[in-house]
Order: sequence, then structure tokens, then C-alpha cells
Amino acid sequence: MALGPARPVPLSAVNPVAQLTAIAVVTVVLLVSGDLVTPAVVLAGELALLPAAGLHRPRPLLARTWPLLLSAAGVAWVNVAFGSLDGADAWLSGATWGLRVVALALPGILLVAATDPVRLADALTTHWRVSGRFAYGALAALRLVPLLAAEWETIRLARRARGMDAGADPVAHLRLLGSTAFGLLVAAVRRGTRLATAMDARGFDSGMVRSSARPSVLRPTDAWFVVTAVVLCAVAVTLSVLSGSWSPVLG
Amino acid sequence: MRWPRAARCPRSPPAAGGSDLTGPVPAGVRLVGWGFRHADRRAWAVRDVDLRIEPGERVLLTGASGSGKSTLLHALGGLLEPEAGDARGELLVDGVAPDRRRSRAGMVFQDPDAQLVMTRSGDDVAFGLENVGTPPRLIWPAVDDALAAVGFDLGRDRATAALSGGQKQRLVLAGALAPRPGLLLLDEPTAQLDPAGSALVRTAVAHAVSDRSATLVVVDHDVEAWLPLVDRVVELLPGGGSVEHGPGWMPAPLRLPTRSPRAAGELLLSAEAAGSTHRGSDVPSLRPVDLELRAGRTTAVTGPNGTGKSTLALLLGGLRAPTTGRVVAGPALTAALRRPGRPPSRWRAAELVERIGTVFQHPEHQFLTGRVRDELALGPRRSGAAGPAATRVADELLERLGLTELAEANPFTLSGGQQRRLSVATALATRPRVLVLDEPTFGQDRDTWAELVALLAEQQDADRALCLVTHDAAVVRALADEVLELGTPVGVS
Repeated sequence: MALGPARPVPLSAVNPVAQLTAIAVVTVVLLVSGDLVTPAVVLAGELALLPAAGLHRPRPLLARTWPLLLSAAGVAWVNVAFGSLDGADAWLSGATWGLRVVALALPGILLVAATDPVRLADALTTHWRVSGRFAYGALAALRLVPLLAAEWETIRLARRARGMDAGADPVAHLRLLGSTAFGLLVAAVRRGTRLATAMDARGFDSGMVRSSARPSVLRPTDAWFVVTAVVLCAVAVTLSVLSGSWSPVLG
Repeated sequence: MRWPRAARCPRSPPAAGGSDLTGPVPAGVRLVGWGFRHADRRAWAVRDVDLRIEPGERVLLTGASGSGKSTLLHALGGLLEPEAGDARGELLVDGVAPDRRRSRAGMVFQDPDAQLVMTRSGDDVAFGLENVGTPPRLIWPAVDDALAAVGFDLGRDRATAALSGGQKQRLVLAGALAPRPGLLLLDEPTAQLDPAGSALVRTAVAHAVSDRSATLVVVDHDVEAWLPLVDRVVELLPGGGSVEHGPGWMPAPLRLPTRSPRAAGELLLSAEAAGSTHRGSDVPSLRPVDLELRAGRTTAVTGPNGTGKSTLALLLGGLRAPTTGRVVAGPALTAALRRPGRPPSRWRAAELVERIGTVFQHPEHQFLTGRVRDELALGPRRSGAAGPAATRVADELLERLGLTELAEANPFTLSGGQQRRLSVATALATRPRVLVLDEPTFGQDRDTWAELVALLAEQQDADRALCLVTHDAAVVRALADEVLELGTPVGVS
């Protein structure tokens, strides 16, 4: 699995900090609202952004969102089955919760799908004064994640080659899983240490002031993006109040 | 008219006007009675080294595994913190301690995946320039110069994750060269690459230092390959000190075991049009191949990276099932099995280790215990030997491989050569008739190489069948009765 989009998508043109700001606005409104209309309207706005994030085909969309859809369905079901409400009210509550979860998490998925993590680190260090040590250190660690999957498979097979398998015993399965995970941890730490040395050798975090090869600039588009998010939330809340369903969680 | 060679050199002159870039002034190195001992060790990793390297010189630093080459190179790069251990003597780069002017050196290590930071090629080369605060307007010209100097022509926007090993390592080299270091330090830069990738990297190094704008120190076991590129060879001695080898010096020829040709024995294991395709992938990781492993014979599997050599090793080792064709074990292997009809990939692990032993490319993937002796006793115990019997097997192998003194040591703390011998020994402990080895001589010094080859020749004489997956032409020459060369790479290049 690649980190960030293979080639830029329209949403990549929006500065990551503008996207993060918009996400913050949407998150606050969704956390405060307790009705069905608000998340429904916000979600409609988010869905309209999917093509801009390069997620217009069902397969890549499903690949990115299935864990989210699954957990939203789970949350909704728990509310219907175990909530204090009965009948239509229970279904309404379940739908509200399900929609809220999707509407809360989808912006994050849009950000990840459209943003090269390098640009995110650039933007965070430039505009929000996040320390380069943290931002680029995390970035380097993130690059190692896809390698872990291959490493896991190798360690698992190497264990079989040494005569270790669990057969039909579930406890042995669990122990083997634990020891494989420990092997992976050891391998990850070793590679991480080597990466840290290599970054040291390239003058990372040497106390000098870093410069940036990729200026992270804020353009009018970025302001408009945040304004649009605010307007979307305002419309959602207004519709909710006008339809009489507004029931804030706080206050 | 023809331009003089220097004028066609693609590297531009140093940026004028008080830039932060260090100009291309090569660094001089001086060591006087230098030594270093790591904080957690009793023995000195390096000691009594006297060495002088003139600015612009190219030196190959070699020596047996564990002679402290990498430690010395780390010290030159300013990467040995004072709290990492005790230093004695003097080690100076341009007359100062290197940890006080770390930006004088550019370094390249073995594993490209543990060196790339950014997702795009150009960004990665720029990383070192950003770290030293190079003004943004100077960064991209310097990046382009560095990419041209190493012959990387895939463009700045190419995703680093999609590059081959050789291309990644070229990119790492460009990243090290971009800040114009006066001292270029390479720590076994080709050890993880196939011959084509290694040649690519060496060509890039040769081109990058052709104008002598940087002093070059290379650490590598592959002396022959680097000889044309260096002015002289310095060999670190295991007991301390070093010897110089001048121009025209050649390393002693590799010690090859004497072997008498043997008739092919019974058929132990065969691949019949066995191929493999990863789930969700369109291209096969291994195109269907036929192969027979017979008692007393050695088959080498060669070919460039990406042709599925390691996948074939997994299929033959009974670790993965082929997705097309099949892997069939002969009657000699299946004799005492509970269900002889099953393919090796469906045998129980304990049954497998008594019949087919696999040695992985990286030994540390295979170590499961905290002591060398336990490591060797593990296989026999898993396949049903009683405790004392397993320990006896372990002690015999320790004796045979000269590892007795290390019986109580932690396998992860051994040197590379010792780890390799131990990983082969763990496979031998259960006396399998078939041995599958993935790059057994990978990154080994000449002594370990000779020991390994002798050990493998012995297995062959003991009527085992060996399958070596390898890039190492010398090991093929020394041991192989048959060679299977896999063709052009499949999948993305």
C-alpha cells in the first residue's frame, strides 16, 4: 500500500493545514450535534469531495473505507439493539450514530488519500511550528510500515522452517503469534536504529536551522476551503434547527 | 574540437556568493594509534591504527568480519558519540575531530530501505541539504547536479518505494553527494544488491569521484570489484593495526574445496512447472519452472533480482505452496511420513525440518532463542529428540563449526559471519536430506566464505541434495553441478 496518492489529485492542491482546520471545524460541529440532519448534510458535502480525492471508483473507495463502514455499522447496531429506545426511535438513534461516525472519520480518509505525507510534514513544520524532529522523524518511520508486512511473512515462514508450528492447538497458535510478533518487533527496532543512524549521518536534527526545499504556501484556495467547510456546517445546523430536530449534546 | 574531459563533467562549479554549501574541497584524514571499544564490550573493536589519507585519495578499507571496519568508518563520519565507548589515539578529518564538523562527510550504508526518508526521489536527495539549512533557491540545482552525478535519470518525482534496490542505492548516494561532502564514506554499499545493481552503484561512485572533489573511503569484502576504482587498499587486522596494499596488489585467491564428481543419486525433491503468483497481483512472482534435486548433487539457482529466486526457495523448502504446478517429494523423503501423499507445503513443521532444511538470507529472521546452544538444540527437540540427545547434537555441531566458545552467547550478538554459520548449523541439526539456502555467502568475508563452502561441500558428500539460490558466481563455480538461470524479471522493474 502506497503512502499518499500515486499522482496528485485535485484535493492535493489544498494545503494540508487548511484541510486539518476544516476537519477541526467539522469535528466540533458533529460532536456537539445530536440529531440526524446535521451529520446527513455534512456527509453529503464530504461525499461531494470524494472525486476530488481520487476516490470516484468503487474499488479504491471501498479499500479505503471498509474498516470505517464496518465500525459505523457496528456502532449503529449496538444503538439499535442495546439502546434505551424502542421502535422507530431506536432506528433513528442508530442511524444518527452511524452517520456521525462516518461523517467524523471520512475527512481523515480524504486527507490521507489526497496528501503526500511529505507535504503534510512540510505544512506542519512551516505553519504550525511543529518540530522538524517530530514531523520528519514520524515521516521516516511511516515509510517503514509497508516493509513490515513483508517482514512479518518472512518471520512466519522462518519459524516453520525451524520446526515451529501450532497444529490444531489454539493456545500454541496464540503463543506462536506472540513470538512472531516479538520477532517482528526486534526486526523493526533494528531497522529503525539503522535508519536513525543514516538520518544522523545526513545532518538530521544536528542543531542547525532546517530550510525547506518545498515551500508550503497558503493560497486563497486554502482560505476558501476552510470557509466552505464553515458554511457547510452552518447550513447543516440551520437546516437542523429549522426542521426542529436540533438537539445539541452539550448545553 | 574535442572538449577536455574535465569540462564535460556534469557537476557544476561551487555555487558562488557565500552559500552554505561546502565547496568541493576534498578532506584529509589522519589516524594515529587510534582505537575504539564499544561501551558494552570488553574487547577493543579496533586498535593501533595509523593511517593517513590525502585529500582526493580513494581508499578501500577491508579486513575480516569483526575487524572493526564499520566502527572506523562511523568514527570518520562523526557518528560515534563519546558515550558509545572509549576511544584512544587520534582521529582527525581536516585536522579536527569529525563529530565537531559532521557535515564534512557523506555516508552510504548497506540497506537502502533503512536510508530513504522521503516518498519522492528528488525530495530525498534534498533532505540532507535542508538539514544543514541550505537556502531553498540553491537546493534544487544541487539536487539535479547530484542526480546527474550518479546517473539517476528517472526524474525527481519518481516514488522511492517503486525503485529497484540498485536504483534506491544510487539515490542514497546522490543524497550523500548533494551537500558536496569533502569525504565520501561507503559502508558495504552493494552488499544487498544483485550483480547488475552493484555494477550500477560502482559506476555511479566512479563517476561521482572522477574529479577528485571528495576523498573516498569504501568498506567492502568484495575486493576485486572495487580495485579498479581505488588508489590503494588498507586492511585492518583482527588483532589490531593495519597493513597497506599498494597498486597492483591482488587478494589471495579464494580457497575452494577439492571435490570429486559424483553420480547423481536418487531423486529427493522436484518442482514440476511450479510457479507462484501473489494474491491480488496480475504478474507472477515466479514463472513456472522444472527442477530436480538429487542426492549428492548441488543445484544453483541464479538470475537477476525480481525473477522469483527466493520464491522458488520457499516453494522447494515446503514453506509456501505453488499457485501453479507442484512440488513433489521423492519416496526417500516421504518414507516415514504419516501422510506421504501430501506435498511438502502441507507437512507438519516437525516433519519438515527432518527432511528439508531452509536457510534464509538474513540469519536473524531464524533465531528463536537467547543462546547459541539452545538454538542448535531447538530443531532436534521439535522433531522429537529427548533433551540430552538434542544437547549432544548441539555440542557436536558447535565443535564442528568452531563455535564452542560462543555456546552461551546470544545469537543476535554474534558477528555476521558467525550468525551465518550458526543459521546453516541450525538447519543441519535435524539432518535433513535436502538443504535449500538463500544467498548463503551474502556479505561474508573471504575466510567465512571459504568455511561455508567447505561446510556445504561436506553436506554434498554426505549424500544430501543442495539447492543454492545465489548471485555469487564464485560459489556457483565451487559447488554447483547444475545451474538453473531464471530469466528476465517479472513485475515492475
